[in-house]
Amino acid sequence: MTAINQILHLLLTANLWQATLAAAILLLLPALGGVISERSGVVNIAMEGMMLVGAFFAVYADLHLHNPWLATLVAMIAGGLMALVHAVVSIRFRADQIVSGIAINIFAAGLTVFLIGRLYGLQDVGHIGQSDALPTITVPGLSSIPFVGQVFFNQNVVVYVALVVLVLMHVVLFRTKLGLRIRSVGEHPQAADTAGINVFTLRYGAVITSGLLSGLAGAFLAIGVSNTFVPNMTDGRGYIALAAMIFGKWTPFGAFIACIIFGLGEAIYANNSVISASPYLLSMLPYVLTLIVIAGLIGRSIPPAADGLPYVPGSE
Amino acid sequence: MSDERLAVEIRGITKQFPGVLANDHVDLDVRAGEIHALVGENGAGKSTLMNVLYGLVHADSGEILINGKTARIGGPRDAIALGIGMVHQHFMLIPVFTVGENIMLGREPTTAGGIYDSARARREIADLTKRYGLALNADARTGELPVGLQQRVEIVKVLYRGANILILDEPTGVLTPQETTELFVVLRDLVKAGKTIIFISHKLKEVLEISDRITVMRRGKVVGHLITKDTNEQEIATAMVGRAVLLRVDKQPAKPKDVAFKVENLTAMSDAGTQALKGVSFELRQGEILGIAGVEGNGQSELVEVLAGTRRATGGKVWLGDKDVTAYDARGERAAGIAHIPEDRRGAGLVLNYSIAENMILGRQRDAPFAWRHVLLVIDAIRKWATRLMKEFDVRAPNIDVPARSLSGGNQQKIIVAREMASQPRVLLAAQPTRGVDIGAIEFIHRRIVAERDAGAAVLLVSAELDEVRSLSDRIAVFYEGQIVSIEPPEAPEDRLGLLMTGGGRSGH
Repeated sequence: MTAINQILHLLLTANLWQATLAAAILLLLPALGGVISERSGVVNIAMEGMMLVGAFFAVYADLHLHNPWLATLVAMIAGGLMALVHAVVSIRFRADQIVSGIAINIFAAGLTVFLIGRLYGLQDVGHIGQSDALPTITVPGLSSIPFVGQVFFNQNVVVYVALVVLVLMHVVLFRTKLGLRIRSVGEHPQAADTAGINVFTLRYGAVITSGLLSGLAGAFLAIGVSNTFVPNMTDGRGYIALAAMIFGKWTPFGAFIACIIFGLGEAIYANNSVISASPYLLSMLPYVLTLIVIAGLIGRSIPPAADGLPYVPGSE
Repeated sequence: MSDERLAVEIRGITKQFPGVLANDHVDLDVRAGEIHALVGENGAGKSTLMNVLYGLVHADSGEILINGKTARIGGPRDAIALGIGMVHQHFMLIPVFTVGENIMLGREPTTAGGIYDSARARREIADLTKRYGLALNADARTGELPVGLQQRVEIVKVLYRGANILILDEPTGVLTPQETTELFVVLRDLVKAGKTIIFISHKLKEVLEISDRITVMRRGKVVGHLITKDTNEQEIATAMVGRAVLLRVDKQPAKPKDVAFKVENLTAMSDAGTQALKGVSFELRQGEILGIAGVEGNGQSELVEVLAGTRRATGGKVWLGDKDVTAYDARGERAAGIAHIPEDRRGAGLVLNYSIAENMILGRQRDAPFAWRHVLLVIDAIRKWATRLMKEFDVRAPNIDVPARSLSGGNQQKIIVAREMASQPRVLLAAQPTRGVDIGAIEFIHRRIVAERDAGAAVLLVSAELDEVRSLSDRIAVFYEGQIVSIEPPEAPEDRLGLLMTGGGRSGH
């Protein structure tokens, strides 16, 4: 009984929800990347790798430039370049997109370890100074609202950016001409092409956007949360983001809700001393929920019709 | 209506694909305000020519004039700008989008900031549909509409883009007879409104009914220009195939023998969970062809599937001779001597990525002489068998090792027909045996079905083509809402059958 009481008590603390939102945002950015990429018809499981490369370059650039903003830009470009590789392989060369994604993830893990060896030898990468980290922004006034203030208005700058991206992506995908076209390309590229829409441009744009967002998430993790880089520090977040995307039925807000659920699990684990559940058990939660969703037990989650299918002009 | 002005002039278009000369110096004149039919067998080059006109394929040489001016058509965008619109055979519609979104796609009305303006879209569609008398609900989800209405969405989509020249690629292939009638009314109205229509088809009756002039293609070349009112089915068919074709099935009266197959009060559900068969009973004798006539979706497909063992019956009995085969699965039915030409050729009839040889033994892969002790395939026997059947059934392909996917629909169908007939079945279930198949292949398949009957098989023929049912069958069972409403002789007049098929004309009512 006491354990349940303690959990209930924990659920009422602002600390927990503050940590939940931060953890959720780390998943949300790559999940949004996945949403836009797959809505355009390119399966993307490479968020993990793009995020990891972004994290590495964020730290590398920040140690040199002592400027978290430029470092974040470098991280996004790094993520975007990884995405470009995936885009060229999938769109131009029509390769299997799952295989390409796996290859990028493995490549990213190897590349970052290799670069650590080349650049830092046997030493640690080193920590960035607190003044070089992405800052936490306390919104004046609003942050003093009880509970809500701490949860929503006392967060890292990336959290605010991500929430704006969330709303923006929803509006773009479902309310604008551009979004209609992106979705048409992911549903039926032949139909889009015959309507005079450039399938390739939209797909490249969407995939590269997923890289930029994953790179941003990597920067947040490396120079906003951890202030250093360690090998494989993304720790499967790109895959959990993938699960969130599916759980959220390929919609931005659906993915956000999934990220909150997964983030809450993470935050509860980090903030409590009473539950004796194994961390490994807890880390399985996102995947178990995803399996339940794709099995169709909680309403069916149907991917875009042309998701993962390369477009060959003039084909049926 | 049509005048001497030319809307489209195609001059010497040539297009070489690897291994095929798809268009060989093709000329085509289409007058403004006419319905011009472009006919030819599959692979004659009609679609290639239209894809060139629409900018989806680039010709190697030749030129195109639109309304008398030389046109450069580099892509669909250019074609649309020139007022050319295409209604594709496989609809270019997105099922999850609304009708409005599908029509607007590529030319979306927007408000400030690129926001999609659905109110204006609705107004524009209302205007268009009113002007051409095409009722459509702009907010309906496209994938939930019947096929005829989806085609209407395609037509409105093309009109919205300002098309004056409409290309319709095999528009009636997917339509029921009633939908076809409605389409023709729409096409005539469009011509009255000043549009020019190019109508691609290989259904000669329809071509004769709707067109003003006809251009016939064969093997990449134009082989004839005909004026519709001065020609007939036989002349067009001869031009298309390049030899005299028998449009009527040549057969002797049936000599039915013992009852081979007996269906008693059979019931079954559809995939959607509705009652597809509501107590079907009939007898099928050896040496006769029983045709099932009916509007598609009245349970014919489910009947064939139950009899072939791929769908479970919920009640009733099926007897093969004195054996109860109701609960047999597909393998059991096959072993008992029931062969099945499924209506879904590409999904259920063939494994498209398998070679011709492998497809020829599908279902018999465990049995001698194709397998040694039910385990190892005997490649040599399979190859000999496939080579023989390919020759006997006139399957046109480079060799027996090419994948079935690479063949035309007619040749794919011949593989299935060959495989099923070569097993010398006691009962042959033939569902839509000539759908989407060339005239030449239709003639061949019809001859083989009659030959099968004459050899003593009991044949159940299901076809959406009333002409096919009437010309092949010895008796016709009319299907309506999961029941046989009447058994008619093959001489029964077409309008009587049509009436029965739609639920009317039942004696005693």
